Amino acid sequence: MSRSIAIAAVLAAAAFPAHSQESARNLAAACAICHGTDGKAVTKDVIPLAGLPREHIATQMRAFRDGQRPATVMHQIAKGYTDAQIDAMAAWFSTQKR
Amino acid sequence: MKRRDFLKAAGAVSLAGCATGTPARARVVVIGGGFGGATAAKYIRRWDPSIDVVLVEREAGFVSCPISNLVLGGFASMDEISRGYDGLGRHGVQVVQDEVTAIDPAKKTVRLARGADISYERLIVSPGIDFNFGEVQGYEAAMRDGAVLHAWKAGAQTVALRQQLEQMPDGGVYVLSVPLAPYRCPPGPYERASMVAAYFKQAKPRSKVLVLDANPDVTSKGALFKRAWTDLYPGILEFRGNSRAVAVDGRSRTVKLELEDVKGDVINVVPPHRAGDIAAKSGLITTNNRWCDVDWLTMESKAVKGVHILGDATLSAPGMPKSGSMANNHAKIAAAAIVELLNGRAPQPVKIINTCYSFVSPKEGIRVSSVHEWDTTQGTLVPVKGSGGVSAARSEAEGTYAWNWARTIWADSLA
Repeated sequence: MSRSIAIAAVLAAAAFPAHSQESARNLAAACAICHGTDGKAVTKDVIPLAGLPREHIATQMRAFRDGQRPATVMHQIAKGYTDAQIDAMAAWFSTQKR
Repeated sequence: MKRRDFLKAAGAVSLAGCATGTPARARVVVIGGGFGGATAAKYIRRWDPSIDVVLVEREAGFVSCPISNLVLGGFASMDEISRGYDGLGRHGVQVVQDEVTAIDPAKKTVRLARGADISYERLIVSPGIDFNFGEVQGYEAAMRDGAVLHAWKAGAQTVALRQQLEQMPDGGVYVLSVPLAPYRCPPGPYERASMVAAYFKQAKPRSKVLVLDANPDVTSKGALFKRAWTDLYPGILEFRGNSRAVAVDGRSRTVKLELEDVKGDVINVVPPHRAGDIAAKSGLITTNNRWCDVDWLTMESKAVKGVHILGDATLSAPGMPKSGSMANNHAKIAAAAIVELLNGRAPQPVKIINTCYSFVSPKEGIRVSSVHEWDTTQGTLVPVKGSGGVSAARSEAEGTYAWNWARTIWADSLA
């Protein structure tokens, strides 16, 4: 893990005390069936989540959830998550190596 | 690596127990290398490399049930839906090709058909399904003669059913009999009917697909399937609900329902299922002589301590289908819980996602999704209110995503 990623991880954990690194990791693991292990995409048609900026992931998830960004599936998935859970997953994916 | 060499390597870490003076590492044994077992083995190694993981699988490789209906239609090959177990080896999982014949939960060991007993700290049983053949009279004899197939486990029967469809003359009737829910892959039968109808439409346009469903109506994505059948396969595909197969006669290729007999040319009867044989033999089945109840925080058996059960074999939580996506996610619940337990910590609730794609034509897909979370009051996983749903309409985009889902979940489980 690079120093900056390590710091980002620490900041992410500090920003969302409700979610430990393990629980963020466990939440994020459910996404892997379509987005790949740790968000590393397997095919070119799927957005790789690993290493995307935390704010970007969180904003897009909220946009899916609130109906602002049209989708085939993500609008239905995003409605299953709270703000805190979205933030925890976004922080976790942002620290994964691409 | 040859099996002989592999066993030598595996022997070096002392499968039978701890013979050396070094502190024993915790060992998890996994029975079954499907979506559940393979994923659990991989994720335990990734989340705590100090745990030894041994996966026992009787087959040499993995063949995916999802996408296998495309093979039946001639739109995908067996090679495309097959994967090896060498990817798990790269995570440090010891894959042993053998069959577990017995579990001793008191001694914490499993017995193998060929190899020596293996001891475990925690056992994961991911056995998939086996069939209650007895509920369809004459089934086993007809299956031995090749006169009826289920093809509900991808592999040899998938190939055999494809051959029967290819050999069937134009003008023939393919009969697909669907058991009462719950069964593995709720939309699977309707995707299969669609794929065979697509094949007939291209190659044998005077032929018919007749779906005899024990359930009153299509059990999953009903409106989307029926719309596709009306639009794409009029005069080819016929659906009949409340039509439970009670017997088959192989010689006359007849499916006997409660009130009538139906003859066909290719007979594909899917019998009712239950948890796989090893679960039945090991006292893990708790409910209706069919399914294994589990604690959804850990996937631990409600019948036998120290044993975690995954996938189609479980007594499904409310609103949860028996699917590859769910088995993969059950595995992550179990992997997280086992890592916590072996490190003396308390397992945390895990939220999981189901997504099931089905093809309705060679290129167009439909989908159902749901998010499931732990509910303390109900003591189980429940669908999150307001989440989930089905496709707005069938589309090539969802067909593309279906293939992406398949390739990705195969990699997430096995690579």
